[in-house]
Amino acid sequence: MKRILLSHGAGGREMAALIDEVFLARYGDPNRVGDDSATVLVGSHRLAFTTDSFVVDPLFFPGGDIGRLAVAGTVNDLLTAAARPLVLSASFILEEGLEISVLQTISESMREAAAEAGVAIVTGDTKVVPRGAADKVFITTAGVGLVLRPGVSGAAARPGDEIILTGTVGDHGTAVLLAREKLLDGEAIRSDAAPLTGLVLNLLEEGCQIHAMRDPTRGGIASALNEIARQSQVAMEIIEARVPVAPAVAAACEALGLDVFQVANEGKMLIIVAPEDASKALFIIRRSPYGEAARVIGRVSAAPPGRVTVKTVIGTTRLLDPPSGDLLPRIC
Amino acid sequence: MKFIDEFRDQALVQNLARRLKALAKGPATVMEVCGTHTMAAARFGLKSLLPPGVTLISGPGCPVCVTDQSDLDAFLALGTEPGVVLVSFGDMLRVPGTHTSLEGLRAQGAEVRVVYSPLDAVELARATPEKHLVFFGVGFETTMPATALAIQTAAALGLDNFSVCCVHKTMPAALKALLSSGEVRVSGLLCPGHVTTIIGTRAFDFIPAEFGLPCAVTGFEPVDMLLGIESILRQMKEGKATVDNVYTRAVSVPANPQARELLAAVFAPDDAFWRGLGVIPGSGVRIRESYARFDARARFPQVWERLTPPPPSPCRCGEVLRGVMRPMDCPLFAGKCSPAQPLGPCMVSTEGACAAAYRYER
Repeated sequence: MKRILLSHGAGGREMAALIDEVFLARYGDPNRVGDDSATVLVGSHRLAFTTDSFVVDPLFFPGGDIGRLAVAGTVNDLLTAAARPLVLSASFILEEGLEISVLQTISESMREAAAEAGVAIVTGDTKVVPRGAADKVFITTAGVGLVLRPGVSGAAARPGDEIILTGTVGDHGTAVLLAREKLLDGEAIRSDAAPLTGLVLNLLEEGCQIHAMRDPTRGGIASALNEIARQSQVAMEIIEARVPVAPAVAAACEALGLDVFQVANEGKMLIIVAPEDASKALFIIRRSPYGEAARVIGRVSAAPPGRVTVKTVIGTTRLLDPPSGDLLPRIC
Repeated sequence: MKFIDEFRDQALVQNLARRLKALAKGPATVMEVCGTHTMAAARFGLKSLLPPGVTLISGPGCPVCVTDQSDLDAFLALGTEPGVVLVSFGDMLRVPGTHTSLEGLRAQGAEVRVVYSPLDAVELARATPEKHLVFFGVGFETTMPATALAIQTAAALGLDNFSVCCVHKTMPAALKALLSSGEVRVSGLLCPGHVTTIIGTRAFDFIPAEFGLPCAVTGFEPVDMLLGIESILRQMKEGKATVDNVYTRAVSVPANPQARELLAAVFAPDDAFWRGLGVIPGSGVRIRESYARFDARARFPQVWERLTPPPPSPCRCGEVLRGVMRPMDCPLFAGKCSPAQPLGPCMVSTEGACAAAYRYER
């Protein structure tokens, strides 16, 4: 008998296969492009619509908590469709016995993150299950946004485009893992969880030719870049030395045997931009407090389609493969 | 990162690559014994820096990979004993046993915990006296001292609900068996740096003495590995064969006396089953009589009595582990066998030759 394994939820190949075989085989658009948000035409407006569930353990970690994550995650998914986030829903599954003060702290954090992101939380749901049937708090948020620039999609990257990364990688996954396992105590590693509304809307409003955006969450930039390369049928090369990594994160990943390119981020965006607008886009991104460390980390090319490679720090070239298996469960 | 960035310096690496080209006189096959070497070579694309004719092949140094199917089946069977919690390093979780994997067993309801250290398993045992925690003791001389320490700690705590399913292996005997078989033809060996920090460089003296092959005890960064290959090529050119130590920042010539003492107190030499290599006399350890209550085999003999030998599998990991087949030459590679659907351990382990080739070299 086949059963659900933790690796089915890790954002890698196993999850993609499960979605194809169980969900898409029964419902959904067979011609879907596979972006983080769906878009639907309502009258003359195109809306972006997305949903995300949060099961992070522990609930509170350096740099954030499940509430901030629940708002930022859904907002950032809407932004990848070049949409202005408008409204969110927030549904809670609560375990019997949870302290109400914990829920109040989480809700306060959601209020702050929503205000920062410029969205209103307008509807929701609350369920309580017996002790042991869930772990403390699970949150599902859904969001609707107004698409400002149709056609921005993981399927729209073109050869010659530049790949911008808005900051350091690996912070969120490493911070949560260290907090959960109580490892390397005292290391200054904080989650990057943040809604990137300001950063992305500035780019769109100033007319940069953005072709694709993706927030590199589970599976890290390795998963996100491979998704875009496959959707757009292009090749990509990134320069390892140009990918910013905080020293403490790099050291923690070395010690724990993690590939920092596969570790989750919750406040970063990969932005695929037309080459003539790359400098302008970088300049705008760096004005945002969440984009000060932004870099061009690589380039899109024509062939071979779907292949992502890394120019390593020693000057050789290797494959950048999406992760497989259960790297770090309950990271978001 | 101090002690890492220096050994990933591009100018130094390119300079070493040029020196290798100047040294190489014809073909040479260098075996990197350790799985960490295999992964580092793939992750840094080192093979593209080697002179024409100089090739790297993987040896039997991935501990997850060489764990025999029957040993994994025994550990999985322990998980169905009432009250037993299985504790393992994360690497082992997805390796397919005959019927299931640890990951699959967990989905069926068994308790499986992943730890970074065997001492964490002892702590779990202390915290949950109503359960029996069995740690899967996998690995070479590098991980053995930690398992020995865990057993001694459990003894000091007076725990009666902790045991080890011990399938630890020792490297020199396996290399001797592999080289004696005559099946694999190598020009020299990169000896495992981490293992050597425990057992000392002299443990490999038999390789030049009995087989006339040059060795280099090698670290795991690009500069380390190129220095190791340079040592092999230089020894070949000079017609010498010794155990050269190019990992001097970590390895000293004599063994680590503390670790050796610990190992001798807890473990006695024994034969071991190796995937792909079969039984190799003296290549493993068993838990000494004085610590028998921490030996899962002694605590749960019925599990071993029930075990049936694994049926034949299409998996060709054995040939990869013996260095007679490269991962890409396996007919199952990236088709029927991939990290998402692994048929054998070499595709699962983060130190496996097939996983390295799949991730970085396809």
